[in-house]
Amino acid sequence: MTDQAYNFAYLDEQTKRMIRRAILKGVAVPGYQVPFASREMPMPYGWGTGGVQVTAACLVPEDRLKVIDQGADDTTNAVSIRKFFQRVAGVAVTEATQEATLIQTRHRIPDTSLSAGQILVYQVPIPEPLRFLEPRESETRKMHELEDYGLMHVKLYEDIARHGQIATSYAYPVKVEDRYVMDPSPIPKFDNPKLSNSPALQLFGAGREQRIYALPPFTHVVSLDFDDHPFVPSKADHACDLCDASDSYLDEVIIDDQGGRMFVCSDTDYCGGRRAAGHVGRLGEEAI
Amino acid sequence: MTLLALQGGFADAPIASAHAFRAALTALSQPGQILSVTGAAPPAPVSVAAGVLLLTLVDGTTPVHLAGRYDCAALRDWLTFHTGAPLVAPEAASFALGTWADLQPVGRFAQGLPDYPDRSCTLIVEMAALSNTGSRLTGPGIADHARLNLPEVAAFQANRARFPLGFDAFFTAADQIAGLPRSTHVEDF
Amino acid sequence: MYVAVKGGERAIDNAHAWLAAERRGDAAVAELSLAQIRAQLSLAVNRVMAEGSLYDADLAALAIKQSRGDLIEAIFLIRAYRTTLPRLGASVPVETAQMAVIRRVSATFKDLPGGQVLGPTFDYTHRLLDFKLAAEGEALAAPATAAADLADVPHVTGFLNRDGLIEANPRSAAQPADLTREPMELPASRALRLQAITRGDEGFILSMAYSTQRGYGRTHAFVGELRIGMVAVEMEIPELGFAVEIGEIELTECETVNQFKGSKTEPPQFTRGYGLVFGQTERKAIAMSLVDRSLRWAELGEENSGAPAQDEEFVLMHADNIQATGFLEHIKLPHYVDFQSELELVRKLRAEVLAGTEAAE
Ligand SMILES: [Zn+2]
Repeated sequence: MTDQAYNFAYLDEQTKRMIRRAILKGVAVPGYQVPFASREMPMPYGWGTGGVQVTAACLVPEDRLKVIDQGADDTTNAVSIRKFFQRVAGVAVTEATQEATLIQTRHRIPDTSLSAGQILVYQVPIPEPLRFLEPRESETRKMHELEDYGLMHVKLYEDIARHGQIATSYAYPVKVEDRYVMDPSPIPKFDNPKLSNSPALQLFGAGREQRIYALPPFTHVVSLDFDDHPFVPSKADHACDLCDASDSYLDEVIIDDQGGRMFVCSDTDYCGGRRAAGHVGRLGEEAI
Repeated sequence: MTLLALQGGFADAPIASAHAFRAALTALSQPGQILSVTGAAPPAPVSVAAGVLLLTLVDGTTPVHLAGRYDCAALRDWLTFHTGAPLVAPEAASFALGTWADLQPVGRFAQGLPDYPDRSCTLIVEMAALSNTGSRLTGPGIADHARLNLPEVAAFQANRARFPLGFDAFFTAADQIAGLPRSTHVEDF
Repeated sequence: MYVAVKGGERAIDNAHAWLAAERRGDAAVAELSLAQIRAQLSLAVNRVMAEGSLYDADLAALAIKQSRGDLIEAIFLIRAYRTTLPRLGASVPVETAQMAVIRRVSATFKDLPGGQVLGPTFDYTHRLLDFKLAAEGEALAAPATAAADLADVPHVTGFLNRDGLIEANPRSAAQPADLTREPMELPASRALRLQAITRGDEGFILSMAYSTQRGYGRTHAFVGELRIGMVAVEMEIPELGFAVEIGEIELTECETVNQFKGSKTEPPQFTRGYGLVFGQTERKAIAMSLVDRSLRWAELGEENSGAPAQDEEFVLMHADNIQATGFLEHIKLPHYVDFQSELELVRKLRAEVLAGTEAAE
């Protein structure tokens, strides 16, 4: 049931047009951060306002929306955003990755492969991959213009010199179509390979920082690395204790005060799907 | 202004423009794909598809250039009434509408700035028909390759060579649209 | 058997119900009315209007009630509401020289045309808790308020301008950018900077201004004039061909007069800092004019001493308390995916270091 007090998908039409134009520019120049006049939303900046605005601009009434935070559909902020769109756009919702036409995510790419026609919308806190090396927008904009990414390579190289490896485990920078260095949002680097050549359209919204960027389907995305220190996507060296998956990203859960812990899929839909199909992990029970 | 100018807008703008944008988004993010759109009834000679794109994407903040015979009173009135878009010379346009011949030379349109490549013009190119024949397209949005009956090849190759600067294009015919962002590599076939 | 924490939805509903009960507080105490908030907490209402960028005292009072008096939360409510309002047009510039002043003071001239009007100020109150207010039902003696002076009150800086002693500030017909409709672009125009500062957080702008007074980008400011009062808002009606008054708003305006020793291109003269804020908000208006002046160093050919208040990007990107509080508080949201990847990394780095140490022993 749509809340009649608000326009379809909350935003007024002029605001949606402005966001839609920015999304199209982002699609046309993959990896480039398009400035847009982000609006104040009824949820705080930093809680997904960029993703929410991008989703609002893309939704059609026939969509089936999935919202995840940390891979899970039932985390409080995911619940809150899902409820918002049920209320203001009247769209159907789902937890099944395969059934969703549009997925809004914070910090994860689903472990179930995405398919053509799906849109994955990322909530982005700091869209600028160079921000923590150079705090000034005026400077980083110049670096992107000149394709001057030396500072980033120096940082990664210093990591290797100090730690023997690149000490970035999430929000790991990528290069898009051999042109723009892009921040993939704070996804674990385990998810980075899924950015490249995905059949789904990937849109990134940073509300507070007023930026939108995009990866069209089948866009070539490379995680930055060095020949002698190639990029390694990593995760906990375990299988899921509930569904026995060895190919999913795992959360570590402390289960007692004796140091006992277990590892479970961060993607709750992926894990549930495997258990329903009869897979049983070390601590799992057979699905009924 | 004639009564005609007041007609032919979206019946239910929020829903119609949502559907139309989704089609435009698919078209531009999957170059070569041909999609159908509905909802606008613009005055001749504008196609339904071009009318839908205009109603969906332009407003008082986006200057529009009408090229060739598209620069006619009926369309000017219609566009002004439904969108409030200022009508401008090619150099100042965010969107431009016309046939490929009308739009020449395309170098007049904004190509973006080196630090703001998004400040570029989007061309809406009216065609007699759209088909997945002719030029071979590769690049972002395309799994292997796609085909589209582009009006020429050289201009789009030159456009790609300027990447990340350049214009983006929608092609429209009757109720169909296709997209060609500046990122697409185009080859003659 | 481990069961992942579920029930986010129910937890949220419960939290909302609890919050509503806390907001109301003891039901034996009379409920606050919006009229009471608007009338008796009017400076809070003014701040919410100013930083919410929406001149509506009733909505601001509602936001204060709903937010339990958390003014940043109230400003947030107003901003989120403002987003949904259609833009019908823009007013013509308000004429603050025609302000019906209730307060007007100059620190630079003892007396001046239009006079000094002290108005309802805290300035010379002794900050002693007034225990009489703790008892309700106070009866007030009617104050001797002069009717607001309806004649034009010329700006103090205008007197200096006549002698060429202060920089000229010619009117511009240029359409200023609108911070609420376009993304911030740096470097920003002065108009854009002023927009950002007038809706910026009062505490942040105050601290930035204070830092200039203590020497971090000092600008030697005097309050040339501070005025508070109502001004008419007029809008051009295209069908009529002239502007009509659509209402009036209360504003606080501050113009500082700043020492300027001259530069290679400019002779010595005074320069200006400017502050204009919705409502009775004089701390903010004065602070705004100091920060404005400080940010003008490049335009005036002054030295950049590297002070925070001279750094446009630093000031403009951190002045908005809605952006700031959202991002600050978002670290309460779960980050366990990121944390997990950090955990793996730290374990791996430690294992390598420890293995290295053992091998060396
Ligand atoms: Zn699992």
